[in-house]
Amino acid sequence: MAIPLILNFLTTPWVFLVWTTFLKSFILLNLILGLVSLTVFAERRLSAFIQDRVGPNRVGIPMTLLGGKKDIPLWGLGQMIVDPLKLLLKENFQPASVNGFYYWLAPKLVMIPPVLVLAVLPFGSYLFGIQMTIADLNVGVLYIFAVSSLSVYGITLAGWASNSKFPFLGGIRSSSQMISYELSMGLSIVPVFMICGSLNLNQIINWQVANGWLVFPYWSHGFSPALLLHHPSQILPTLVADFSWQRLLLWIPLLISFVVFLVSIFAETNRLPFDLPEAEQELVGGYHTEYASMNFALFFLGEYAAMIAGSGAIVALFLGGWSCPLIPDGSQPGIPGLFWGLVNIAVFFAKVSALLIFFIWIRWTLPRFRYDQLMKLGWLGFFPIALGNIFVTALILAFVHH
Amino acid sequence: MAFVVQRPKLTLAERFYLPAIFSGLIITWNHLKRAVFKKGIVTMQYPEEKWDAQLPEWYRGAPTLVSDEHGKDRCVACQLCEFICPPRAITIKPMEIPSDDPWKKVEKRPDSFDIDMIRCIYCGLCEEVCPEQAIYLRKDYSITGLNRAEMVHDKETLYKLGGVRTGLVFKWNELK
Repeated sequence: MAIPLILNFLTTPWVFLVWTTFLKSFILLNLILGLVSLTVFAERRLSAFIQDRVGPNRVGIPMTLLGGKKDIPLWGLGQMIVDPLKLLLKENFQPASVNGFYYWLAPKLVMIPPVLVLAVLPFGSYLFGIQMTIADLNVGVLYIFAVSSLSVYGITLAGWASNSKFPFLGGIRSSSQMISYELSMGLSIVPVFMICGSLNLNQIINWQVANGWLVFPYWSHGFSPALLLHHPSQILPTLVADFSWQRLLLWIPLLISFVVFLVSIFAETNRLPFDLPEAEQELVGGYHTEYASMNFALFFLGEYAAMIAGSGAIVALFLGGWSCPLIPDGSQPGIPGLFWGLVNIAVFFAKVSALLIFFIWIRWTLPRFRYDQLMKLGWLGFFPIALGNIFVTALILAFVHH
Repeated sequence: MAFVVQRPKLTLAERFYLPAIFSGLIITWNHLKRAVFKKGIVTMQYPEEKWDAQLPEWYRGAPTLVSDEHGKDRCVACQLCEFICPPRAITIKPMEIPSDDPWKKVEKRPDSFDIDMIRCIYCGLCEEVCPEQAIYLRKDYSITGLNRAEMVHDKETLYKLGGVRTGLVFKWNELK
């Protein structure tokens, strides 16, 4: 008696929307926080490898604590848990000279925006017929820009509230850097909208599913597993049919906008070569010099969550989101739908992880920019390039593209 | 005098940074690849892997006491090492060897022989001064303890670390 009633209630459209949204947010948030911790570990390990060191390789399953003979090192994966635990257990020391309220507020302001960005990222296609996006906003990309640029307030506030010169310099650098690169970031993806005709991330991804990823547009309309299995003779003609010089021409502005967007994301997330706000050699620790314990960990978490959210945005805009060539989405009913839905989620996270590794790889390769070089690159390099790119795309779309 | 630094004229490709970035990425990628396949890493995993075989002949590790080929303490409790020891790490309490002992003609042996390893500076003066060649600096360097008392090596520990050394001094041998 009661069970059908509850089921009936749960499947009422608005109730269904509410609880599925809560479930999706919960799962995605936990996935991302786990991924943050994994990224920190990967950063330590990969940086060690790049510098011919070993890195943290000890902390695994502590069998000796449980009465065993030998610990299981597990490639040091236990570091993922131990690092945050250490920060949690430390004393949360507040220096006497700080402005208390803003000092406590700042880390939260850094951490929240990247988490909010996750709301519009399509991390999968469909699972049980539910769209794997928490909020399918029509202004998704604008929302990402609006929210992610808020994190600069946290950093600036941290620099100000610390009442100390090095954090203050870090905060100032951060605000000017973020404002400069926000411009080229926003302008660089205008060509994407002009080609896809939408600001909705799901529609952008659907366009890419039909026409090929924006940075790798070479498979054609109608290229599907069915074609591969049943009409092998048609593969080459179908591939060649879409190789027109018009498409090749349109590829050039998209590559430019991809590079500009990628570099701007690096600058937005304060990653090397743009980590001037926390340049150790010049500013001690930058804006988080005066922070300790979990307050410091929140800055850390915010930085890595911003990296993940930024990678998610790059994947959704340029690398085809959850789509993979020849893999269907999860909209068909039954077991195949479930399977392909899960595969799509895995594809999305694989792409994000690859980008995260690229972020780490770049960090341990390039030296830091000097401040004037940074500003010059932003204002005299990327800003005009992104602006010109829009006109080039418009001209190609108007006169060349069919 | 002012010195003008001649800046090199950069080509277009160099001013775009990207070729340099790519070559840098390839270099770091090669390092990463070598490290992952365990060829590039020279770091030694200390407690499991040790460099002991490469310790030099003259390495001065922990001072130890040795016994001779008859299982007799070499030390005759002359206390020279105690007096020479610069940080005063050695404490010896001598005792007389009882008359029914086969080695009674040696007359003295240490009742207790403590070396405080927190104080020891591994200078090797005790080894140099010992007339009986009873104290030797061995190659043990990893001496740890959970408290100060554990860090004091008593006679038993010293003999365990030192072991037996034969054929050096024969003056107490019965056959002579």
